[in-house]
Amino acid sequence: MRMTKTGARVPVTRTETLPIRSGDDVVRIRQAVRTRAIEAGLGLVDQTKIVTAASELARNALDYGGGGEVRVDVLQEGMRKGVRLSFSDQGPGIPDIQKALTDHYTTGGGLGLGLGGAKRLSNEFHIESAVGVGTRVTIARWK
Amino acid sequence: MDRIPILKLGGVLIVTIQVDMHDRLALALEEDLTAKIASTGARGVLIEISALEIVDSFIGRMLDNIAAISRVLDAETVVVGMRPAVAITLVELGLELTGIKTALNVERGMAMMQARLHEDDEDGSARARYED
Ligand SMILES: Nc1ncnc2c1ncn2[C@@H]1O[C@H](COP(=O)(O)OP(=O)(O)O)[C@@H](O)[C@H]1O
Ligand SMILES: [Mg+2]
Repeated sequence: MRMTKTGARVPVTRTETLPIRSGDDVVRIRQAVRTRAIEAGLGLVDQTKIVTAASELARNALDYGGGGEVRVDVLQEGMRKGVRLSFSDQGPGIPDIQKALTDHYTTGGGLGLGLGGAKRLSNEFHIESAVGVGTRVTIARWK
Repeated sequence: MDRIPILKLGGVLIVTIQVDMHDRLALALEEDLTAKIASTGARGVLIEISALEIVDSFIGRMLDNIAAISRVLDAETVVVGMRPAVAITLVELGLELTGIKTALNVERGMAMMQARLHEDDEDGSARARYED
């Protein structure tokens, strides 16, 4: 798995930003990501992977980040299409990112699989977090 | 508040999850199932999830919780109808769903339950004979 800054210069063919303020927003984000994944031509399994990762990261932004937003981009680089999601919050931040990425590590009574799982389910994964400032997690999945 | 209906067929409770689950609904289902297993003495819980387009760790934890509660109340949980794309994704997510049996569809899930109930009956009658 590559840990890259997810393609800042890749052309974006469509972009939208959705709020993460409630459990219902998490449901709406899943639906929006599904729609964009289909638009990018992702197959059923890849759609399911990116939607599942989106659900994990949206819930983290809600539960730990006190809410935030997600930017959903449909990407096209030559013949290659994909979806990029960028979740951000202005919450407490993550003091030890490596620890947070470890499977089964949780501070909230969860299963501790959200961050590590989202990384495994994506082709690109990037996380930045600063204590007292907030957290941004960006993932991408390519066709 | 919305709730997910729980049906009873023989000694088995059947739940069909048809909506995109949100938090309150998941918690309500855990509570309702716990109460219903206790009040009916059901020996099995069959959860049909073919409508679910994803299973994330939140739903995974709900399934785990239901299975754990059922176990304590001496009932078995079988999850049926998981979509293949969901099953593939679960593995990569890292969800193990230990203690949860799965079956392809409701018929097979019911057959698994019936087999267990039947075994219990035989144990029971063997014990009864021994005690005679
Ligand atoms: N957006 C966030 N802001 C602050 N902390 C976070 C955020 N996302 C994740 N974390 C921290 O990382 C831990 C692991 O997250 P995750 O892998 O999703 O597991 P879980 O949500 O089950 O705890 C969380 O328990 C929390 O401490
Ligand atoms: Mg999480």
